[in-house]
Amino acid sequence: MILQDFIALSPILDLGAFCLVTMLAIAFRRNHARIAVCAFLSCLLTLVTLPWAATVAPRAVTTLLVVDGHALLYMGLILSATMVIIALSYRYLNSQFHEKDGVEEYYLLLLLATFGGLVLTTAAHFVSFFLGFELLGLSLCSLIGYLRTRRNPLEAAVKYLLLSITASAFLLFGLALLYFESGAMTFHEIGVSVKQWQTVPALWLGGLILVLVGIALKLGLAPFHMWIPDVYQGAPTPITTYIATVSKAAVMALLLRLATEVGILELPPVVHLFSLLAVLSMVTGNVLALLQQNVKRLLAYSSIAHFGYVLVALLAGGPPAAEAVTFYVIVYCAMSLGAFGVVTVYSSEGGDKDHVEDYQGLFWTRPWLAGMLALSLLSLAGIPVTAGFIGKFYAITAGVDAGLWWLVLALIGNSVVSLYYYLRLFVTLFGEVAVQEALPQQGTVQRSEFVSWTAVCSLGFVASIILVLGVYPEPLIQLIRDSVSNLLMVAVQRP
Amino acid sequence: MLKKSSSGVLASLRGSPYRSVRLAPSLAAAIDFMLALLLGGQHSAVQPSGQGAWLVESHTSWIPRWGISLHLGLDGLSVVLILLTAFVGIVATIASWTDIQSRVGLFHSQVLLALGGVIGVFLAIDLFLFFFFWELMLIPMYLLIVIWGHAQRRHASFKFFLFTQAGSLVLLVAIVALALLHQQTTGRPSFDYADLMGLTLTSEIARWLMLAFLIGFLVKLPAPPFHTWLPDTYAEAPTGATIILAGILAKTGAYGLLRFTLPMFPEALSEVAPIAMGLGVAGILYAAVLACAQTDIKRLVAYSSISHMGFILLGAFAGTELALQGVMMQMVAHGLSTGGLFLLAGALEERYQTRDMGQMGGLWSVTPRLATMALFFACASLGLPGLANFIGEFLVLFGSYATQPVMIILASLGMVMAAIYSLGMMQRTFFGRQQDSRTAPDLSNVAFGTLLFIAGLQIWLGLYPKAVLTTTKPVMEQLIQHAVVSANPTHVPSESLLSSHIVTSQGGPP
Repeated sequence: MILQDFIALSPILDLGAFCLVTMLAIAFRRNHARIAVCAFLSCLLTLVTLPWAATVAPRAVTTLLVVDGHALLYMGLILSATMVIIALSYRYLNSQFHEKDGVEEYYLLLLLATFGGLVLTTAAHFVSFFLGFELLGLSLCSLIGYLRTRRNPLEAAVKYLLLSITASAFLLFGLALLYFESGAMTFHEIGVSVKQWQTVPALWLGGLILVLVGIALKLGLAPFHMWIPDVYQGAPTPITTYIATVSKAAVMALLLRLATEVGILELPPVVHLFSLLAVLSMVTGNVLALLQQNVKRLLAYSSIAHFGYVLVALLAGGPPAAEAVTFYVIVYCAMSLGAFGVVTVYSSEGGDKDHVEDYQGLFWTRPWLAGMLALSLLSLAGIPVTAGFIGKFYAITAGVDAGLWWLVLALIGNSVVSLYYYLRLFVTLFGEVAVQEALPQQGTVQRSEFVSWTAVCSLGFVASIILVLGVYPEPLIQLIRDSVSNLLMVAVQRP
Repeated sequence: MLKKSSSGVLASLRGSPYRSVRLAPSLAAAIDFMLALLLGGQHSAVQPSGQGAWLVESHTSWIPRWGISLHLGLDGLSVVLILLTAFVGIVATIASWTDIQSRVGLFHSQVLLALGGVIGVFLAIDLFLFFFFWELMLIPMYLLIVIWGHAQRRHASFKFFLFTQAGSLVLLVAIVALALLHQQTTGRPSFDYADLMGLTLTSEIARWLMLAFLIGFLVKLPAPPFHTWLPDTYAEAPTGATIILAGILAKTGAYGLLRFTLPMFPEALSEVAPIAMGLGVAGILYAAVLACAQTDIKRLVAYSSISHMGFILLGAFAGTELALQGVMMQMVAHGLSTGGLFLLAGALEERYQTRDMGQMGGLWSVTPRLATMALFFACASLGLPGLANFIGEFLVLFGSYATQPVMIILASLGMVMAAIYSLGMMQRTFFGRQQDSRTAPDLSNVAFGTLLFIAGLQIWLGLYPKAVLTTTKPVMEQLIQHAVVSANPTHVPSESLLSSHIVTSQGGPP
């Protein structure tokens, strides 16, 4: 390891060090606000190291990790999303939890999960892949059950635990099979051996499919989506946000690297599998979302559908696909942060506000909050001026470019279906004000207005991202193109 | 210099919705009006200079990755339609003067946003930008319906949005496919109108793409079988929104047909023309029959509107300059006459809290001004000679007779039916015995003045249609020329012969 390796690795090292600092700070003295700020600063300072690390990228640090533009871009996304979530968590935890019960470890776990996410984005080897996967999964599991006095979070945590274990089992067995046939553990070497084979061995292919199933379980693609709605509903809302954004983005970053380095999209069985997953996800997600009365469940099903769209883009193959996927994932994270963020902020005012009726006429009582939710919904529905439109445009373009007509048609049909439930919620926001909400208690309103500056800042940030990407996406497109070209550069410096 | 000044106007125009959110509604209407005047002045100044290409143009790079630019251009076609938009916008705000009592500021900001979107649609000559505006106008319209609409607004707004959005997405795929085809042939993607016009497509691809474009635009127009959203939407929307919907939003579909579908896929078009014209005729007759059966006054006007839009579809596919000119005239005339009719229907609804004509009757003596204006606009709608609608419908029928004589004969029946339902509406509402003994205030001076002004415009255009026709003539000539040059002349001899004949008969080829 030389200095440059350390520079390249600085984001991960940095966050790891801050995890320790946070842990020690908690051990030293419990103080919710201080720990929250500490966690926020950890992410911020890690974010600052990204440009520094970019000076030496692309660079393979040991055989385990590759720090390149692709990884750094996703790191930036993960860290920013985590920061927004931390900012939203503080008030949520305050309202849902007694401070003496110990809320501080929440932030530590959040940082650890993010640490796992960072490892995943750089993983180029089975070991780092699995470590990142597990770190993310286990931290999330405890986070989901963090409100341990309640029933729903515990149920969700157990479900997520089972899912995590299943995914890991699939993954481990798949990785073992891959190693058995190719004798290599780095993505790159496996890619090389795949190119040498005339026909791909059946065991290897089976292993690959098991690995992909593990990934699909984590991404919640249909038919591996059963856990998504329950966990989304049961988990504390900031953690739901985290699962929807950071966890999925990290796994997607890994999948993208796996797909490009191993070249799995050139194997027909994998293409068929992905097409099937894409169509199933889109249809299941959208159709089931139509029936939901709970906002968190609705968004959960919509997230299944959105990752179906991402798969359509991924299937296009080649540089446009990587570009479209990355763009869509970034956009999706922004939209989800917006939508779940509103649910979080609204729920922070006492009681979980996750039923559609809770949002009846919200626009007339809380115009900014409702406006934010409306913006996110429009973006999720893919209406212009929002980032979601450009994302959908990108996905369609990638699909049309590759001639995937059926998938594109499925995407369009599903978009129309999805409009229905987004609009339903959207209309509710503008409905007549429900009677019981017409008399807010004066004191609570005062208090919430006073402390909500973190919410205002974070949601404002997300809103501006959604709008800016919707109106002027060019800078991000250029950034993504650079990172994708890094990803596709075959000759990464190897030690 | 012209370019600069025009882009200044455009910028202020696109900026105006955002600025006026905070302003009082009356002020917003005034801004709207001033902008319209400004536009009018601007255009009358630039009209003579325009020969061939765009009169004014503004071009800025936007998303170079996909060859997307903020490319706005103005020609005779857009000038006329933008003037119509601004005018109908004013009518809509005046109609909402008494109709909208709650959340007034929000209402007007949404109206202006919608108008901004429509004007953007008429200006954009980058297909991505076109689509951007095309979608942009939907959301404010949707909000207008869902917040200020009548009892069934939820249902109506959903139907409206889902239908139009489904059409739009199909359109989007076709646009993307065109851009990517451009990338395949030249190596760089482009959404620019001129670039995409130059593409040579195989007939197979052209057919599919044209179908997609056609669906996108027909939903908006609307033509059967895509029309079912319209009666619900028109009836449930607040009067102001209905005026905008009927007066201008429907015209964006027609505009799309003229601007994009016709010149881009001339060959495929000639194949599909009989079917499309058939749809047009079916729309005319079917909607007219349904209009006769309506008891709800707004639904009646809505169906009459579908019927009139059938003429536009008919004319657009006739492939002669005369018919296209008729389409243009029909767009303007229909915008004015339905604007007036919906304003009146809204006024009636406001006074009697019902749209059911069975509960009206004998209102002539109660509200003489309202009744007189209604009679006038009913006559306009049934195509009374001397008024603008007549010119439009006559030109369309005359221009397309040579290509599809049978259809035209059928279509002219639509004009007869128009007389039946228009006069039937008059009879049931204003003549006969008075059902409701309540007295109601007559039209306010403002509304009456507006209606008189529209009526004046109708008469003026009916007697002097050249005002519109000369403005749009160069564009229509271009369209026809493009269609004739690109289409293989051996395949469609009758069309090219006919159009050249028409051109010469109108005073020499260009």
